[in-house]
Amino acid sequence: MGRYTARRLLQLMPVFIGTTFLIFALVFAIPGDPIRALAGDRPISPSTVATLRDEYNLDDPLVIQYAKYMVGLVQGDFGKDYNGREVTDIMAQRFPVTIRLAVVAFLFEIAIGLVAGVVAALRRRSYLDTLVLVTTTAIVSVPTFVLGFSLQLLLGVKLSWFPIAGISQGWYSYLLPGFVLGALSLAYVARLTRTSLVENLRSDYVRTATAKGLSRRRVVGRHALRNSLIPVVTYLGIDLGALMGGAIVTEGIFNLPGIGQQVFLSVRAQEGPVVVGIVTALVLVFIFANLAVDLLYGVLDPRIRYE
Amino acid sequence: MARQRTRTWIAITAGAALALSACGGSQDEGTDSAEGEAENGGSFSMYVCEPEHLVPQNTNETCGGEVLGALFTPLVNFTPDTSELTYDGAIAESIQSEDQKVWTIKLKEGYTFHNGEPVDAQSYARAWNAGAYGPNAYGNNYFFANIEGYDALNPKDPDGDGPQKPAAPGTKELSGLEVVDDLTLRVTLTDPFSQFPLTVGYTAFFPLPKAYEDDPKAYQESPIGNGPFKMDGQWQHDQQIKVTRYEDYQGDKAKADAVTFKIYSNVNTAYNDLLGGNLDIMDSLPPERLSEARSQFGERFLERPSSSFTYVGFPLYDPKFKDARLRQAFSMAIDRQAIIDAVFNGSFQPAKSVVSPVVTGAREDPCGEACTYDPAKAKQLLEEAGGWTGPLTLWFNSGAGHEKWMEAVSNQLRTNLGITDVQFKSLAFAEYLGLLDAEEVTGPFRLGWVMDYPSPQNYLEPIHSTGGSSNNTTYSNPTVDKLIAEGNAAESVEAGIDAYHRAEDQILEDMPIIPMWFGKVQAGHSDRVDDVVIDAFTRVRLEDVTVQQ
Repeated sequence: MGRYTARRLLQLMPVFIGTTFLIFALVFAIPGDPIRALAGDRPISPSTVATLRDEYNLDDPLVIQYAKYMVGLVQGDFGKDYNGREVTDIMAQRFPVTIRLAVVAFLFEIAIGLVAGVVAALRRRSYLDTLVLVTTTAIVSVPTFVLGFSLQLLLGVKLSWFPIAGISQGWYSYLLPGFVLGALSLAYVARLTRTSLVENLRSDYVRTATAKGLSRRRVVGRHALRNSLIPVVTYLGIDLGALMGGAIVTEGIFNLPGIGQQVFLSVRAQEGPVVVGIVTALVLVFIFANLAVDLLYGVLDPRIRYE
Repeated sequence: MARQRTRTWIAITAGAALALSACGGSQDEGTDSAEGEAENGGSFSMYVCEPEHLVPQNTNETCGGEVLGALFTPLVNFTPDTSELTYDGAIAESIQSEDQKVWTIKLKEGYTFHNGEPVDAQSYARAWNAGAYGPNAYGNNYFFANIEGYDALNPKDPDGDGPQKPAAPGTKELSGLEVVDDLTLRVTLTDPFSQFPLTVGYTAFFPLPKAYEDDPKAYQESPIGNGPFKMDGQWQHDQQIKVTRYEDYQGDKAKADAVTFKIYSNVNTAYNDLLGGNLDIMDSLPPERLSEARSQFGERFLERPSSSFTYVGFPLYDPKFKDARLRQAFSMAIDRQAIIDAVFNGSFQPAKSVVSPVVTGAREDPCGEACTYDPAKAKQLLEEAGGWTGPLTLWFNSGAGHEKWMEAVSNQLRTNLGITDVQFKSLAFAEYLGLLDAEEVTGPFRLGWVMDYPSPQNYLEPIHSTGGSSNNTTYSNPTVDKLIAEGNAAESVEAGIDAYHRAEDQILEDMPIIPMWFGKVQAGHSDRVDDVVIDAFTRVRLEDVTVQQ
């Protein structure tokens, strides 16, 4: 397992270089001069434009720009946005917000999604099963921004149970946005768990376990559920990355200063270093989440071994 | 469960608020005894978007401008209603010149920065030199271009956009700035400019303390100003900026103890916070919720004309648009009021001039017939000009809410002028501006303007003079240039206005742009605050706001 992990970590290098270059090239390919756009409808003096273009290496060809960026990166210099803020500052300020949001959403997914899925599977064709089916279908069919704005208006503005926007109230501020962000995946997790568990409950080893006289709790918990979790864990692993990168809408609605918001703004402003810095960090999150999932397979199913 | 938790929260916040106001109260007793009027105290929150910069010479957008407006007091003030120049509550005592070229600025005594440094002539020279110094690359650099010595601080790039660096300037000081004594600053301009006293009210002309020179980067995280409020802690990016009343302020002290600028990235979210009572003042309500806000806030809904001006320019370098009659025909074929009502909930005012009604000496309707909807006359004018053949492309920047009204304009041109083939070209702002600068735009294009100082000159020279900094139509008329120069050389601010009016008349006759509409600013506030006044710069006068206790 140690060798497997080391090999996987080594594979990181080409992925890292590939993604940074790809993202850099994509931002580079956006037409128009970002410095000119800084001023908008207003005039901007030629000396200001010249100095800024020079400072951000905008007059160099793509490959040189990328090389200069990578040289800085190796020395720990992530570059600056066009307002002169260090990318490291921005990331240090925004990543904790997104991580908190993702954690809350993730907990909702596991807590509600898994429980709903297990309950629905154990009480198949019952009133509860139908309820889970109907609710999850409803959640899946409502776009995130509709759900976000409606819950904000209802629970925040009208009933004032939750803060409407911002992060001034600590973890409490993240409850509602976390639920909104996790809602879609929560529904998938519930459905996935249900299907997988129902299938396993019908399998031979469950019948054997029951025949041996094990308690229902032990049969479901140790035998059926553990095997049913493999597809769910796969989904959750990929989803953790998606939660962090895909929170643009939720962060916007609830005014959470996270990275989704920043990526959106920076792509619009063509701030290459900011986009590359953040997206690369996200790529790393994806890679590590996938690695963790692969290693978890071994724990869940002893037949899977890594050499 | 959730409800109970909320109660705890309310209790905690209320407790904190009590504790805070108690602190404020005890501070007041010590310092305000000299003041005749009792101060209200209390604190409130104000909507703002994330500023780009908080160094005045680098701040040319409204978000940063709003915050700096609380931290700084300008050299000159303007009356909120009529935008007339006044030295009341301003730093300057007088700004005078014999020849409109060499200006003497006298400062009032006793004003200090928040760190105790005096606000003297040196602090202004320091700030303006920093703004004009090319390598600083400050956004307001161009404001200092008419002060003598600007060129020496901004050497030309030898190869234009090429990779070569421009040579470093040999000096860091404008030769046109002279500190005569502590309270006197002499400014020498390159050309006579009668409107100079109006310009120095802008953010770019705020002073800077010595502390700025020590570390400009650290300075902007917690700017030290000379205004009624001072920073309370650091700028918390994307979250909030807190300011408290500056107790040693020489002028009229702020009424409230403290203001929190809450930073929002989405106006709809901010509006929900305003509805929910978590935000006290918001001055840019989302356009689609205006009618709702009007009824929701009643007396607490405020509206006033702003300086913003939307126009559609003609690419005069394209021979198709050479005939002035054709341009007038386009203008008369557009029913501005109908578009404003249908698309914008009536939140704009149709333009009948190219100078905003909020500036001094603005006229009611200098445009007359040419800006009035008259489809029959429009059609006739177009025929006289030889008609229109082929496709017409309308240009605008995407993602900024221009799609709908541009569509309406195209419909009206189609119906009223019979131009059947109308196409759209909508581009991201950066690309759009690049094409405008390169004169590659092939049809009427949308642009906007917001004033920096309330003079008609600010709407004329940059947009309509030959080679003006924002002249994207390439319009050039020697008469207009001459009249603007005449206004600039006039004996006083007021004396220049007549020449500017005549220049405006000539522009409207040539119609290089179609004046579309002037903006209005809409604000709403909670019932906790009172005396909310918005000035012509669409800035809320935070120092005058009172808090209900």
